[in-house]
Amino acid sequence: MIQKKNSKLNKVLILGSGAIRIGQAGEFDYSGSQAIKALKEEGVKTILINPNIATIQTSDYLADKVYFLPLTCDFVEQVIKKEKPDGILLSFGGQTALDVGVALHEKNILKNHNVKVLGTPIHSILDTEDRDLFVKKINEIGLKVPLSKAVKNVDDAIKAAEEIGFPVMCRIAYALGGLGSGVAYDKKQLLEITKKAFSFTKQILIEEYCGGWKEIECEVVRDRYDNCIVVCSMENIDPMGIHTGESIVVAPVQTLTASEIFKLRAISIKVIRHLGVVGECNIQFALDPNSEDYRIIEVNARLSRSSALASKATGYPLAFIAAKLSLGHNLAEIQNIITRETSACFEPALDYIVVKYPRWDLQKFRRVSLNLGSEMKSVGEVMAIARTFEEALQKSIRMIDLGMNGLVCNNLSFDDLDKELSQPTDKRMFAIAEALKKGYTIEKIHDLTKINPWFLYKIKNIVDIKKKLSKSKLSSLSSDLLKEAKQKGFSDKQIAIITDSSEIKIRQKRKKHGIVPYVKQIDTLAAEYPAKTNYVYLTYNASEDDIDFKIKRQVVVLGGGAYRIGSSVEFDWCCVNAVSTLRALKYKTILVNCNPETVSTDYDICDKLYFDELTLERVLDICEKEKPLGVIVSMGGQIPNNLAIPLYESGVRILGTSPENIDHAENRHSFSKLLDELGIDQPAWKELTSLEQAETFAEKVGYPVLVRPSYVLSGAAMSIALSRNELKTYLNKASEINKDHPVVISKFITGAKEIEIDAVAKKGMLFCYAVSEHVENAGVHSGDATMVLPPQRTYLETMRRIKTISKQIAKALNITGPFNIQFIAKDNDVKVIECNLRASRSFPFVSKVFKINFIDIATRSIMGENIKPIDKSSFDLDYVGVKAPQFSFMRLKGSDPVLGVEMASTGEVACLGDDFNEAFLKSLISTGFKLPNKTILLSTGPIDSKAEFLESTKILNDMGYCFYATGGTAEFMKANNIPVELLYWPLEEKEPNTLTYIADGKIDLVINIPKNIEKEELDNDYLIRRKAVDFDVPLITNLQLAKRFVESIQRTKISDLKIKSWDEYK
Amino acid sequence: MLPYKCKLELEDKTVFEGFFFGAKKSVSGEVVFNTGMVGYPEALTDPSYTGQILTLTYPLIGNYGVPSDEKQDDLSKYFESDKIQVQALIISDYSHNYSHWSSKKSLSEWLIQHDIPGIYGIDTRKLTKKLRQKGTMLGRIIYNGEKVDFIDPNKRNLAKEVSIKKPITHKRGNKKITIVDCGAKNNIIRVFIRRNFTVVRVPWDYPFLDEKPDGIVISNGPGDPKKCIKTIENVKTALSQDIPILGICLGSQILGLAAGAKTYKLKFGHRSQNQPCVESGTNRCYITSQNHGYAIDADTLPQDWREWFYNNNDGTNEGIIHISKPFFGTQFHPEASPGPDDTEFLFDLFIRAIK
Repeated sequence: MIQKKNSKLNKVLILGSGAIRIGQAGEFDYSGSQAIKALKEEGVKTILINPNIATIQTSDYLADKVYFLPLTCDFVEQVIKKEKPDGILLSFGGQTALDVGVALHEKNILKNHNVKVLGTPIHSILDTEDRDLFVKKINEIGLKVPLSKAVKNVDDAIKAAEEIGFPVMCRIAYALGGLGSGVAYDKKQLLEITKKAFSFTKQILIEEYCGGWKEIECEVVRDRYDNCIVVCSMENIDPMGIHTGESIVVAPVQTLTASEIFKLRAISIKVIRHLGVVGECNIQFALDPNSEDYRIIEVNARLSRSSALASKATGYPLAFIAAKLSLGHNLAEIQNIITRETSACFEPALDYIVVKYPRWDLQKFRRVSLNLGSEMKSVGEVMAIARTFEEALQKSIRMIDLGMNGLVCNNLSFDDLDKELSQPTDKRMFAIAEALKKGYTIEKIHDLTKINPWFLYKIKNIVDIKKKLSKSKLSSLSSDLLKEAKQKGFSDKQIAIITDSSEIKIRQKRKKHGIVPYVKQIDTLAAEYPAKTNYVYLTYNASEDDIDFKIKRQVVVLGGGAYRIGSSVEFDWCCVNAVSTLRALKYKTILVNCNPETVSTDYDICDKLYFDELTLERVLDICEKEKPLGVIVSMGGQIPNNLAIPLYESGVRILGTSPENIDHAENRHSFSKLLDELGIDQPAWKELTSLEQAETFAEKVGYPVLVRPSYVLSGAAMSIALSRNELKTYLNKASEINKDHPVVISKFITGAKEIEIDAVAKKGMLFCYAVSEHVENAGVHSGDATMVLPPQRTYLETMRRIKTISKQIAKALNITGPFNIQFIAKDNDVKVIECNLRASRSFPFVSKVFKINFIDIATRSIMGENIKPIDKSSFDLDYVGVKAPQFSFMRLKGSDPVLGVEMASTGEVACLGDDFNEAFLKSLISTGFKLPNKTILLSTGPIDSKAEFLESTKILNDMGYCFYATGGTAEFMKANNIPVELLYWPLEEKEPNTLTYIADGKIDLVINIPKNIEKEELDNDYLIRRKAVDFDVPLITNLQLAKRFVESIQRTKISDLKIKSWDEYK
Repeated sequence: MLPYKCKLELEDKTVFEGFFFGAKKSVSGEVVFNTGMVGYPEALTDPSYTGQILTLTYPLIGNYGVPSDEKQDDLSKYFESDKIQVQALIISDYSHNYSHWSSKKSLSEWLIQHDIPGIYGIDTRKLTKKLRQKGTMLGRIIYNGEKVDFIDPNKRNLAKEVSIKKPITHKRGNKKITIVDCGAKNNIIRVFIRRNFTVVRVPWDYPFLDEKPDGIVISNGPGDPKKCIKTIENVKTALSQDIPILGICLGSQILGLAAGAKTYKLKFGHRSQNQPCVESGTNRCYITSQNHGYAIDADTLPQDWREWFYNNNDGTNEGIIHISKPFFGTQFHPEASPGPDDTEFLFDLFIRAIK
C-alpha cells in the first residue's frame, strides 16, 4: 500500500458558513462537521468560527474550540492572533468562508501570521472566483467557456453578436436582478433590447446563449499526487437557463451516452489539474443536446450544495475525504468508509436513481416574483432514491411537503398552461403532468420547456398509469396494475384518490397481494463488494430485502425533512442529539429523513438511516419491517409532530408525551379549554367560519386582531388586521388557502413583550427550562425575532409566572420530553399564545448558551431514564446570548423586507457576550449587518413611534451621525432641534431622492418603521426598504430593535467586542 | 402491447421472473454483472462477453437508444464489434422511449435485430449479490417453458470463435502494429489508427511475427486464457525478440502465461468502469474500465517480470512489465470505451518503445 505522509500540523482553523440563507444552507454543517471529524482523527486540534449556533459542527464534542463570532476578516484575524493556528480550511464553509479567506489573503493576514491555506491553494480559488482569470485559465488548456464580450454602444453590440452568433444573451453589467437582460434571437430583437438597456446603463455584456442546453455537473476530487476521480455526475432536468439550485436534478446522468459523459469527465480532470485544486470541486457544464459540443460554465473550488447532494446520492463522504486530502494524504491510501474493504480512490457505481427536488416558500413573501430563472430562490431541497425515475420523482414531490400527493392527484389548475410551461414557476412539474393529461405531445412540451424528451416520456408513464387506475375501483383493481402503480411511485393515498377509496384500504389490499416495498442498501459499488453500510431506502422495484430485521431495542427518530422557512438546521441538531443520546443508552437507532443537506443523514450518525419519505405510509412500512420499540416524533419539527396521531392510530408506539396530549395542545379548542380550566390567561379568540361572524367578533374585542388558520408552523397566511377593511382582505386570502378550515381570530395586544420558554418535562414534572425574551414587541414572528437569554428586561414577577404556568401545563398534559410555550407579557400580565409539545427552533440556542443539552435530557426522559437534577446555579449566567434572524431578501427580488407575523427569515445566528450589547452587536454583524460610519436615513413611521425614537435620535446626534429623513420625520426632527437633511419620498420623484441616495452609497443605515396606513405611504416605504436591500445597505424596520441598536452602539464600541471562545464563557 | 413474461434460471435453481424486451427465445450462458452506469451499446458489442448473459446493475437502461451502424475507417463508428456479443441482457427498468441525437433505434429493436433476448423487471441487485456471494454461475433464459441445457462457455476456446479468420489491414503510416485478435474491441484499433499507425489485425493463432511488425498487441477477448494455446506459443517466440508487446486484458494473461506465470479464475470477475489500479512503486492510482473473469497470479511471475499495476480494492494483478525488454501487459482496458480514459497514456508509452 502507498505509505502515509505525516502532516506536521498541530492546530487548524476552520471557517463555517454562518447563518442559513438562500444559496447557502445546511450543507455546510455537514461539510464542516465531516472536516472536523477528519482532522480530529489525525490528532489535529481544530478551531471553528461559526456564529450559527444551531449547527452540529458547533457542538462541544467536535471542534476543540468554538467561536460564535461573525465571519468577517476582522474577527477572523483576531481569532488567528489569539489561537495562532498553523493552517486554515476555507473550502468547508461555502462562499462565506471562501470570501473571508480571499480577503485574509489579500490583506496578507495569513502570511503575516504564518497560517497555511490547506487544500486548494489561494491562487486556484482566485482563478475560479474571478471571471476573467477563469476564462484565461480555461483557454490556456484549449477548453471552451461561453463567449462573452463587453460593449458600450448598440453598434458594438451588434458586431459582438454577429461574431458570437445568434441567439445571444444580453446582460446588463452590474444590474441587480437581471434587470433589462434578455435573449436576442436576431438583429432586430437585439436592437430593441440594447437601445432600451443603454438608456440606463453604460455597459452591457453580449454572451453566447446556451439556453436549452443540458446542464451537467461533475463532482471532482484530486489529491496532491494528482490522483483524480469524478465521484458523481448529475443532470438537471431543467436545462440551462434555470439555476441549478432551482432545478430538479437526477444522479447519475440519464440522457448522456458513454462517449459524452466520459468526455466531460476527462475535461473535468483536465480542469481540476490545471487549476491545482486539492480536495473537492464542482464543475458545471452546458452540453449541446444535438452534438457533443460543450461549455464550461463555472468551477466552485470548494464543497458546495451540489457536493453535499453528490455525497448523499452516492454514499461517498466527499467532505471527509476532501479534508483528509487537504492534509496531504493520498486518495488511494484512504479507506472507503462505506465498504470498509475497498479504497476511497474509486468512482461510485450507483444501482439506483436519485432525484433532487427544490423546496420553495415563495408564497410567504409579499411582492416576490414566482418565476424561476438564473437566480436561486429555493430555501431547501429533498432527495429521493428509487429504482425507477417515476418512483423517485413521485417520492421527491411528496418529500417537499407542500401538500402534493405526488406528480398527479393534486388540487392544482393552470390558467395558462403554455405560459406555465415556457416561463416556469415552482409548479412547472405539475403543469407538465397537466399538459400530458390534456393531450399535449411530448414534442410540444419539449418545445415549450426544453426539457429532454426522455424525462417527459417518463413523466408520461405516471400520467398513463393514473389513466389506467381511474378505470378501476378498489374491488376491480388488479394486483398487476396495483404493483405497476407502486413501482411507478404511486402512494396508497394517490391510488385511493383515483379509485375513490381510502389510504388504509389500499394498504390492506396491497399487503394481501404481497405488494410491499423492499429495503435496499446504498453501498457505493452496486453490490460488487459486500457492504457494511447502514444507509438504506425502500423501493417497489425489487424482490428481496438487503438486510434482515433481527435487531432488537431499536428506536426510530423521525427527521425534519426539507429545510424551509420555519424549519431548518436546528431540528436536525435536535435529531442528531437525540440519536446520540439513544446510542449512549445502548439503543439501536433508526433515523428517517430525506434532506441531503443535513448532518443527520451522514453515514456515521445513526445505526440505520432510512433515506426516505416522512409520510404515514412510509413510516408504517419501516415500522412493520423493523418492529422498533417505538418512534420519537418530538425532535424533527412539525412534520413528525403531525404524524403522531396517525401513526398512533395505526398501532405504532409513540415515545414521549402521548399522542392524545400532543393533539390536546395542537387543537386550539381543547387547548384553550384546558387553559381556562387551569385559570391561565390567553388572548380572546374565536374560531369563525364566515366574514360576518369575524367582523362581529373583531368589533367586540377591538382592533387590531390576529387572523390565522389552525395547525401551522411558521405563520403561513397569518396576519394582523388593523381595521375592518384589512380583516376583509386577509380573510379572503386565508379562506382561499384553507377552504375546509375555519379561521381563528384573536385579540392582538399591542406594546406587549413576547417571551418563550423551552423546557423538558418528565411525566408532567418540569425538569429544566430556559426563558428567553424577544427584543421586538409581540407581532413579529418568533422565528424572526431577536432572542435574549437570559432575559435582561423582563420583570422577576413575569418570570415567576411563566415558570408557574409552564409547570401547570406540563402537568396537565403529562408532558414527557421537550416542549415550548410562547407568552405575551404586558405589565406582569402573562398570556399564553402557543404551546408545542416538541422541540422548538430555539433548543440548540438555549442548550448551548446554558451548556446544558436539553435534547439529551429530553431523550433520557422519553426513554424513562433517571436524570440527575440540574443544579439551579447552572441557570444563573454571567454572560448573555443573543440570537438574531438572518433574512434572504436580497435573493428574493421584489420581496418586501419587513417583519410581521409571517416568518420570513431563512436562518439565524447567535453570539455570546459579557452583556447584552456585546452579544447583540456580534449577532447583528454575524448576519451581515455593517455598523454605520456616518449617515443614517430615518423614516420613523407614525407620530407615536417618531416620539418613541426621539431619545435614540438624540443619542445618535450626540455620537456625530448625520441624518437624512423623509418629509414627516424631517419636520419632526427639526421641531426637536436635530439637524437633518430632507430627502424626497421615492414616489415624489424629486431630487434629492431617498432612492438616489441609497443607490449612490450615501447612506450607511436605513431605519424605516412602517406606517401601515395609506397605500401610497406603504409603497414609498416599500421602495426605500427594497432599495436598501438591493444595495446591501443595513436596514432596521422594527422600533424596539432600532432603539436597542442605538443603545448598544452608544455603550459598546466595535473594539470592545471580545474574542472569547465558547468555553471561555463560564 | 402487453409485456411478455419470461424467466431467468440459475444453476442453483434460483428463478427470477421478468419481461422480454429483446428477442423472445431460450438461451444459456455464464451469468455475469457489470456495474458501469452508461455504455450499453459498447458493452453489448464487446467480444469479451461472448457466451455470457450480461446483467447491468444500473437499473435504468435504454435511455439514449442505440446509434447507427455507420462505419469510420472500416470500423463500426459507435460499437466495439459488428454484432451484439452477449447471449442475453438482464436489466431492471427498460426505457421504452429513448431520446438522443445520435440514436437511430431503440435498444429493444436492436436486440431483436440481432436475435438476442433482453429481460427487464429483474431485481438485478438481488441477482448481483447472489453472483458475488456464490461466484459466477451458469444460467438460462426460459421462453415458453422451453429449457435449453446449461452450457459452460469457458470450456470452449472462445477467442477462436470470436477472432477474425484472416488478416485485415488498416493502412496508415509507415510503422506497423500487429493486433492479435482474440476478440479485440474496435477501440484498440482506433487508438492506433488515430496515432497514424498501420494496423494489421490478425487471427488469434496467426504467426504474427511473419508480418514483421514494429509493435505487437495481444488483444482482449473472452474466456480462459489457457485455451489460447497457439497464441501463447507465438508470444513465447516473440518474447525471445525485442519487438515491443502490449497485452490487454486476456492479452495480458496470455503474455503472463507465455512468460511462465500462472492464471486463475476470479470468483466473479471485474466488470465495471470504476476499478482503481495503483501503479506499483508510485503514488498514482488510476480509475480503469475492466471486463475479465481470469487474472494472473502475480506471485508466479518469473524473475525478470514485475507486477506493474495492482487493484487497490482486492490486490489482484492489474498489469505486468518486463524489467528490461519493452513487454507490457494491462489487465484493465486503457482504450476505455466505455469507461474512463485515465490510462490512455499507456498507448503513448508503448509507442515510445517502438520509436
